[in-house]
Amino acid sequence: MSATNEEISYWELIKNGILKENTIFKLALSLCPAIAVTNNLKNGVFMGAAVIFVQVMVNLTISAMRKFIHPRIRLPIFMLVISGWVTVVNLGMDAVVPDVYRSVGLYIQLIVAFASILARAEMFASKNTIMPSMFDGIGMGLGFMFALVTISFFRELIGKGMLWGIPIINAKPLLILVLPAGGFFAVGILMAAFNWMYAKYFSAGQHGSH
Amino acid sequence: MEFEKLFEIIISASLVNNFVFTWFLGLCIFFGVSKKMETAIGMSVTFTAVMMISAAVSWVVFKFIMVPLDLQFLMIIVFIGIVAGLVQASDTIMRKVAPALYYKLGIYLALISTNCIILAVPLMNVGNKYTFIESLAFAFGSGLGFSLALIIMASIREKLELADVPKYFKGLPMAFVVTGMIALAFTGFAGLIKH
Repeated sequence: MSATNEEISYWELIKNGILKENTIFKLALSLCPAIAVTNNLKNGVFMGAAVIFVQVMVNLTISAMRKFIHPRIRLPIFMLVISGWVTVVNLGMDAVVPDVYRSVGLYIQLIVAFASILARAEMFASKNTIMPSMFDGIGMGLGFMFALVTISFFRELIGKGMLWGIPIINAKPLLILVLPAGGFFAVGILMAAFNWMYAKYFSAGQHGSH
Repeated sequence: MEFEKLFEIIISASLVNNFVFTWFLGLCIFFGVSKKMETAIGMSVTFTAVMMISAAVSWVVFKFIMVPLDLQFLMIIVFIGIVAGLVQASDTIMRKVAPALYYKLGIYLALISTNCIILAVPLMNVGNKYTFIESLAFAFGSGLGFSLALIIMASIREKLELADVPKYFKGLPMAFVVTGMIALAFTGFAGLIKH
């Protein structure tokens, strides 16, 4: 009986990360890469994967060490753990996918400054055991990746008429969507769409975090 | 010659390659504190000051400690450490030395450490191989550009409060669309500097 309860709560944690506390659409945190790297799908996917990895590993590390971290120096320690894992991703991606790294490298390094990762370490991982922390990390990371993939899907499809670099639409694309300005438009419109869908299907009456 | 280069760096960092509109950095803070003009100005001042100090410190550390010891791969950890330490230090010093200023600007200090620009500037200084003075100019230009963006946005958002925005666009989605329009206007600066 308890096993099924746990399963449900893990599922709840993941759902929470994707829908209720979606980093980009709901909490509006870590917005920089949401626009910067989403002009094509491939960058979006790799950036999302990097964030999932960092979030899960940070949550695991903090959760495992939570009894040894003195509360007064917890923030510097969290930062140290985060930057350690970001360095791992940074060097790893440079070696494995150099072409993606060339366009998203700076933003990978800046995962360190993501409020969302620090916030999860502070609010969740430092208070919970390892397993829930891991699923919380997966949920938050997936939510982030979901947002990134959605945004980059529309931007590449409409802005270039391609997906993953393969031509799909055989018409003149709306170039503005791959330009910086178009990124803001795309995120604004998708955010409104997400709010609308969320209000319609997932919550009773209440919507919007602002 | 030297002065010309510095001027070019400042113009480039503040207008042509504005951090908010072309690099999309510092967006969390940008959307977070641009609701009121007063907070926008407070943030701009604090931010530019901290940015210049952290650029200077991290340049010195990189050049005289990390390069000789061959520790460049630790760049991210060291720079975030410098920024966090610096923010904490200026918080403490300001509280002691200028309490009046602290009560006005203190809250922005805490926010700054989660601002990606403050980390991006030292990283880009290294990437562009700037000299000490050039790094300072770059930091100053970025601070200026961020302040400009914040103040433009705050003045628009104060008016936007009164506008009749569709239900689901209220708040952030609308702010994004407005930012897109400003970014479109900023592409007009692109021709200012020859690359």
